[in-house]
Amino acid sequence: MKKPIVAILAVVLAIALLAGCAGNKGSTGSEDRNKVEDGIKIGINYELSGKVATYGQSSVEGIELAIEEINEAGGINGKKIIPVKYDTKSEPAEATTLATRLITQDKVVMILGPATSGSFKAQIPVAEKNRIPVISGSATDDSVTVDASGVKEYAFRICFTDSYQGTAMASYALNKLSAKKAAIIMDSSSDYGKGLAKNFREKFEAGGGTIVAEEAYVAGDTDFNGILTKIKGQDFDVIFIPGYYDEAGLIIKQARNLGIDVPILGADGFDSPKLLELAGAAALNNVYYSNHYSSLDEDPKVAKFIENFKAKYNKEPDAFNALGYDLAKFAADAISRAGSLDGESIKKAIEETENFDGVTGTFSIDENHNPVKSVVVIELKDGKQYRAEKIAD
Amino acid sequence: MGRLNEHPAIKKAIALVLSYVIVQMLISTNIISDYLQVTLATICINIILAVSLNLITGITGQFSLGHAGFMSIGAYMCALIVLRMPTIPGFLLGVFAGAAAAALVGCVVGLPTLRLRGDYLAIATLGMAEIIRVIFLNLEITNGAAGLSGIPKFVNWFWLFVFTAGTILVISNFIRSSHGRACISVREDEIAADAMGINTTKYKVMAFTFGAFCAGIAGALYATSFYFIEPGLFGFMKSIDVLVIVVLGGLGSISGSVLAAVLLAVISTLLQSFPEIRMVLYALLLIIIMLFRPQGLMGSKEISLNVFGKLGDLFASRKRRV
Repeated sequence: MKKPIVAILAVVLAIALLAGCAGNKGSTGSEDRNKVEDGIKIGINYELSGKVATYGQSSVEGIELAIEEINEAGGINGKKIIPVKYDTKSEPAEATTLATRLITQDKVVMILGPATSGSFKAQIPVAEKNRIPVISGSATDDSVTVDASGVKEYAFRICFTDSYQGTAMASYALNKLSAKKAAIIMDSSSDYGKGLAKNFREKFEAGGGTIVAEEAYVAGDTDFNGILTKIKGQDFDVIFIPGYYDEAGLIIKQARNLGIDVPILGADGFDSPKLLELAGAAALNNVYYSNHYSSLDEDPKVAKFIENFKAKYNKEPDAFNALGYDLAKFAADAISRAGSLDGESIKKAIEETENFDGVTGTFSIDENHNPVKSVVVIELKDGKQYRAEKIAD
Repeated sequence: MGRLNEHPAIKKAIALVLSYVIVQMLISTNIISDYLQVTLATICINIILAVSLNLITGITGQFSLGHAGFMSIGAYMCALIVLRMPTIPGFLLGVFAGAAAAALVGCVVGLPTLRLRGDYLAIATLGMAEIIRVIFLNLEITNGAAGLSGIPKFVNWFWLFVFTAGTILVISNFIRSSHGRACISVREDEIAADAMGINTTKYKVMAFTFGAFCAGIAGALYATSFYFIEPGLFGFMKSIDVLVIVVLGGLGSISGSVLAAVLLAVISTLLQSFPEIRMVLYALLLIIIMLFRPQGLMGSKEISLNVFGKLGDLFASRKRRV
């Protein structure tokens, strides 16, 4: 009785192994994508719930406004855009799963998002394997599009990188604020904070400035009086805070309470209404931060965007809204120039983008798949945006 | 059939091979597409995590919130090894090194903390997981908060099956051994077990270490199926996610954990079509299930192959009566 069973098992196993070898060819599926006559499917893979849901939701609002406008204007070369939207729950593994679903099941021609660098990086291998381009509007980590092994062939972004912001703020401090000495209070628990601090320090020191104090906190801290009292006795012209609004708001408030009234500098992590809530209007004077976009921009294109956005969502657009809007328009622009709907042609069209005219600036794509664009430095006065200045490196 | 019933090991082997072959067939015929294969990986990883946490919490009765910590050790260890050795031997070395490192940490942490009971143990293990996460956040080799990306993918259905089925088999056999009985006695009444001459600390540490070993395997599989890991993935909520599966399946029921892991993945997948309200519906379903089955889907019972045997007997006896 035993022997025949063993024999059957052996045969079955052998068949299974053979079947296993035969499978997994991995098709690009470009033929199917081209067959869609009535519309062009674009994947929207964003953080709609979970810890960074605000970034994802804001980006998607911008994307949906842009897609609506494009479709009302007749679509791309006569074809309407069909968005396919999924929620990554702010989890990178879910981003990978959904990217696979978008590419292999829904047959999208490209994927927009996710908003954060980690989730975006997690889906890149899927995109490369299936040769479908993925673009992010807000993944600012330096290693997103290019790392030690070279440029990621199918990954693009339309926002500047963290290191670029750090450098831009250092030159702003040196040239516009004539600062010679700076103190840095950084968020040591995020790569964002560490990267910004490093690039600021390098540029500031190269420009003849000195960093007189460098202090660190971790995300979630609420009392910064210790750090601030420690640096208060030192002599510095500006404080640079590479971190997010949650802690930056409190640091600014506590610094002003202690009588530290030098200019405070930050990056796009400051961009949230929460900053005003936490710091209070009185403390938000002489505060400068770099951003992707400012609603003070007088460009008619920006004014029209703000008007349309207000009409649809009944609120002021923030940087993520603007980046999302630009992202969808940018994608549509590339698809319209591609000639064909397969990943390869669209990727080429994206690489060839020259002087794309968006609400976050006019930019071209460089050989590292990053945009060449200017940084907007926003000055706050009594908690409100007072002045915005475009700084090209 | 009657003869086969006398060889439970053979029956089990047939069932295992059949389930492997059926899924493999479905994959080769593309009925299980690339996308469903990724979901399958999530299910298998969750099964390993849930079954191993069940050994600690459901069987031995030690309330641990540190599973994500052990998982992260396995994930980082394996990722660091396969990034340098992107071959199958490198992958296997990574999985076992990751699991061994997790088990080592589990043992070292378990010796002092398992003297604590109930809530205190939960807090101690939670603290341990946080320490591990912060260490990974600040180490140079793990690339800090940015995490490790571009990890080669080795996991396919074959490896998933080997490690998942292996974990389930070893743990269910462990429970049926004298060591497993000792663990259950610790859960039921630690003082009584002690009085009966059972070395309770030894069995608690044993269960904890073995649970950590399996969590390390799960972490290694996670790293080699999803290309990317960062310390933030292995936070407090990951431990809670695993605990949800265990409680939902039924504390102490291995098949319950498996069932719950599959069910939650299916629910989550079906809800993907409603992106905005997905997590609301998911949470609502959890509440409803817990309201109607507070003891978990399976309670402390198990599904086993005997169910099919019993069904067969029932059928046979009916026939006879007719």
